[in-house]
Amino acid sequence: MTLEKPIKGMMTLNKIGSDHQKELVLKALYEVKDPEISSISIVDLGMMESIEVSGNTVKLELVPTFLGCPALDIIRQNTEKAIKAAVPSFEVQVEFIHYIPWTSDRISENGRERLKEFGIAPPPRKLPETGIWEVDCPFCGSPYTTLENLFGPAACRSILYCKSCRNPFEAMKPLFTNI
Amino acid sequence: MTKIISPDEAKQNSSFKSALTELLYQLADDDFILAYRGSEWLGLAPHIEEDVAFSSINQDTMGHAAIFYQLLEELGEGDMDVLAHSRPPKERLNAVLLEMVNGTGTYLENPKFDWAYTVVRHYFYTAAKKIKMDSLKNSTYQPLADAAARVSIELFYHMMHWRTWFQQLMLAGGEARTRMEKAIFQVMDEMEGVITLGPKGQEIIKFALIEHDKTLKDRWQAVLSPVFTSVNSIMPESMGMKSGNGRNGEHTADLESALAIMNEVYILDPAANW
Repeated sequence: MTLEKPIKGMMTLNKIGSDHQKELVLKALYEVKDPEISSISIVDLGMMESIEVSGNTVKLELVPTFLGCPALDIIRQNTEKAIKAAVPSFEVQVEFIHYIPWTSDRISENGRERLKEFGIAPPPRKLPETGIWEVDCPFCGSPYTTLENLFGPAACRSILYCKSCRNPFEAMKPLFTNI
Repeated sequence: MTKIISPDEAKQNSSFKSALTELLYQLADDDFILAYRGSEWLGLAPHIEEDVAFSSINQDTMGHAAIFYQLLEELGEGDMDVLAHSRPPKERLNAVLLEMVNGTGTYLENPKFDWAYTVVRHYFYTAAKKIKMDSLKNSTYQPLADAAARVSIELFYHMMHWRTWFQQLMLAGGEARTRMEKAIFQVMDEMEGVITLGPKGQEIIKFALIEHDKTLKDRWQAVLSPVFTSVNSIMPESMGMKSGNGRNGEHTADLESALAIMNEVYILDPAANW
């Protein structure tokens, strides 16, 4: 299993733990999905910031997508459970950090595909100066879409409509530091 | 002044910590009470899309309150849930404007809430909050600077939302324009209370936690003034704190009743895990 983007501290895990353990932890993290979007892992969503291993303790730093996201506690619990199940001897600590903002470009290429698979359009790769973003329909790929509501059923998503295939769909709301 | 990078470091300087906690209580209490007032619109907003959007904004805003209460907890002020739910009104530092009811009646009985007032209050407050967050990005307390950068990103969408409502209702003419103009004066009567940094303002500024409130006020006016022009109106020049200064713990009966409703479930069993 290879990571598209490196996670800080993964090398330490390499050195201290066995290759086998590293593989197990990584695999476990890929099994932790967004509680509302079962196709995408927290790794592909770009929430993982760092892993620190000392002795038996694994410390993970996660970046919340939106501050008011009610799924954070569930993600914390699921992450702890997943790693504990993979390597029972590990003590797991999960911390949500705020010193780095989550931005849309943290989603991996694989993650973008997994979102589409779920019917959610991935965010634009960067936000134009105008603040107006264009999204392709996750179902038919048409760019002929309109924004119905910037605010959607969850803090991280907006509601759009495809004028080509006439499907409503959701898109990840873009977050960039230049806005 | 050099940056203070951790709560432990902040705790070593008692006058710095006292100014910092004062500012954090203002920020946390402001968002907490306005998120509640916003949530009272659930199911009552003008249309279904607004119901979805406003709920999302309230959820974000409550998330922002939570991060400020968390910073207070890290500074040894106590558990963040207790800070949010168990402090009596006289200890709250939110601006009076933000605690005021949405209109007559209650959520359950005959709610006649005023959408014009809500749009103006939320728009003016969000603009002030965005200016504060931008200033806080350079705060001497690094954890606050980090949090502000984070909050600021989410505010981009809130600003866009309220500006759209403001402009559309102002340009709609007729009853909409009349009611909006009335709401603007109502909100301006209390707006000073949002911008002021309160009795410890000098200390807060001295430690460069945030810029001078006069500077923030000028920036706020500079942001809103062109928007007034765009809807063929002129921004009122004066603002006040007609119903008291919340930064001094002065509040109205509206805050008491809001807290009583909000805390009802929490007080039943404070140890419950939700």
